[in-house]
Amino acid sequence: MHSNGLFLQDVSGFLGVYYTSIALMNGVAAVLLWRNSQQKGGFLWSVIWAITACVMLVLASFALSGVAEMVPALPAVVRDIVNKLSGPVIYTVGTMVMLTVLFVFREFFVKPMVAWTGLNISLIVMGLSMADENFASIVMKADNVPIVGLVFMLAFFTWLATSQAVVNDRRIAQGLPPTEKLHDEKVLVWPDLVYTELICMIAVSAFLLLWAIYLRAPLEEPASSVKTPNPSKAPWYFLGLQEMLVYFDPWYAGVVLPSLVIFGLMAIPYLDFNKKGNGYYSISERKFSYIVFQFGFLELWITLIILGTFLRGPNWNFFGPFEYWSPYKVAVLNNVDLPQMFWVGLLDQPLPKSPAGSSGLMQAGYILLRESPGLILLGSYLVLLPPLLAVTVFRSFYSKMGLIRYLVMSNLMLLMLSLPLKMILRWTVNLKYLVSIPEFGLNF
Amino acid sequence: MASIGETIRTSQIWKSIFRHPMPLDRRNRIVVMLTNFFLHLHPVSIKKQGIALSFTWCMGGVTFFLFLVETVTGVLLMFYYRPTLEWAYNDILALRDVTSLGILRELHRWAAHAMVITTWLHMYRVFLTGSYKPPREFNWVIGVILLLLTLLLSFTGYLLPWDQLAIWAITVGSNMARATPILGYEGPGQQLLTIGGIDMITDASDARFGLLGARFVGEETLNRFYVLHCIAIPLAAALLLAIHFWRVRKDGGISGPL
Repeated sequence: MHSNGLFLQDVSGFLGVYYTSIALMNGVAAVLLWRNSQQKGGFLWSVIWAITACVMLVLASFALSGVAEMVPALPAVVRDIVNKLSGPVIYTVGTMVMLTVLFVFREFFVKPMVAWTGLNISLIVMGLSMADENFASIVMKADNVPIVGLVFMLAFFTWLATSQAVVNDRRIAQGLPPTEKLHDEKVLVWPDLVYTELICMIAVSAFLLLWAIYLRAPLEEPASSVKTPNPSKAPWYFLGLQEMLVYFDPWYAGVVLPSLVIFGLMAIPYLDFNKKGNGYYSISERKFSYIVFQFGFLELWITLIILGTFLRGPNWNFFGPFEYWSPYKVAVLNNVDLPQMFWVGLLDQPLPKSPAGSSGLMQAGYILLRESPGLILLGSYLVLLPPLLAVTVFRSFYSKMGLIRYLVMSNLMLLMLSLPLKMILRWTVNLKYLVSIPEFGLNF
Repeated sequence: MASIGETIRTSQIWKSIFRHPMPLDRRNRIVVMLTNFFLHLHPVSIKKQGIALSFTWCMGGVTFFLFLVETVTGVLLMFYYRPTLEWAYNDILALRDVTSLGILRELHRWAAHAMVITTWLHMYRVFLTGSYKPPREFNWVIGVILLLLTLLLSFTGYLLPWDQLAIWAITVGSNMARATPILGYEGPGQQLLTIGGIDMITDASDARFGLLGARFVGEETLNRFYVLHCIAIPLAAALLLAIHFWRVRKDGGISGPL
């Protein structure tokens, strides 16, 4: 689309270094496995990573040639298909499915060779994508680089935690204590911990210095309150919240939900009555709290930040990863409020409206009547559902937690689920608001 | 060389500072932890598993180190930067183009981003190991407040370069406050605070106004955010950090299987 030879020449040096690093990484892996080749499959994997390293070196030399046609890139057809397929629905459902598959088959995915394969694939796809001008211009934006780092770090640490949890869960099933229990002999803090801290500080300092030298901090034109940039984005860590504005009004997405996130996080230790899983990695012993937390953190926080940063362009429209951020892209907005759907669509009559000159109380009554479908739905969701759950699926929770703790937990969970539910309602029936009382600025 | 080192270590000055010999044997390795101000945050001995990198990820420590980096680079930046409409942007420009060692702002900005990330990773680890469970519940709560302060530190700092990126990110972020229920000018229920027919909540008295010090992001906001960023929030964070570390020790040290 907007790619030209000049861009590829500019990026070729970076990509050369990038592919060389992947080659080095795989070379080291091959050597380490070769040394332990008496292990089962060690020899085979060693050969595989050695070959991968060679292929990466070839890619690096193609990239370093600086000839635009030689720089490894995804075929234009593939990029077009990805752009056409991607949208908020596919993205959200896709990430959800991916996380679920990773979770269900975690025993398979934590195997070092499987995880290493996954790392290689994602790095190569990243490199091939970087040869696309539209992709690169967003990903390489100085303030977006940390988010790319965050994604890879989260993947690594989730792998690290899950692989330890898988081992522990297996041991617990056999009646053995978790591995952390095996090393509870004491060591002196000097030198064991103090030196680790020192090395950590040096490593972080070195990393920061390199980062600061090679990546300039962004500085745009001087501030002007009359020139609104399009898109206008909040700092990256708030982009999940900004993304919620697509589905909710600012009072809920920008004020109430963030407050609930903070409150909910603080409430975790007082709501989680499960005494097991204290001080070691485990999933099977605390499945419920694990799934709720991971859903909230990875799906509702992190993937929304990625969506808001990399895939939302001018006018907060959705753009595919290789799509040019055109400010002229038009998105159809045909969302309808629930009262409209109910009174006009279903009952085929106008919205209830108070007669002219009626008293304030009368007006309020008419507003309540007009919004009754949404209010009844919301009321039953937040008021009727918790007791209903307490006598069915959450029966044991309720008996262990007591009334107040149970109500706080269930309502926090229902409010958290209000976001994905609203997303689904938007995508399936184009619902704008369940309750819409513009007279009080109260839309939900 | 050895004799020079020996001379230094046996001198009166050295002894007056450290009070005991080098921590080379068991006894002095214990003594050093008890007598050194900076080291006394730590216990003397610790479970081997509790300091395994694969267990702790070292992310809490890295977050604290980044806080220190931010303090040092932040103080240096304050020497160069004036938070006024006239100078803010120009000072940042000069910092990049004129000042020697011109990576000061880069260090400050990237360490800030890194600090947000390491805070999340630290909390992630604490959750995944169930380390918020009794007796550590309250320290988790303090940690959540520290997360909030970290985000606010980053948010207030975002405005200071006074470029388009800064002013509009803060405008978008602070527009949310306008929609605060009851207390926001455009929030639901702001009509409730009407006394004798006079609106108490206007665009010059609502939550957003309180945050910005004005009806839009302007000079008052720059000053307000500067003070919050350099003094108020760091002080609050420092106090809570101290309590956070102290509670780690009081609540049974670094977590592990019971």
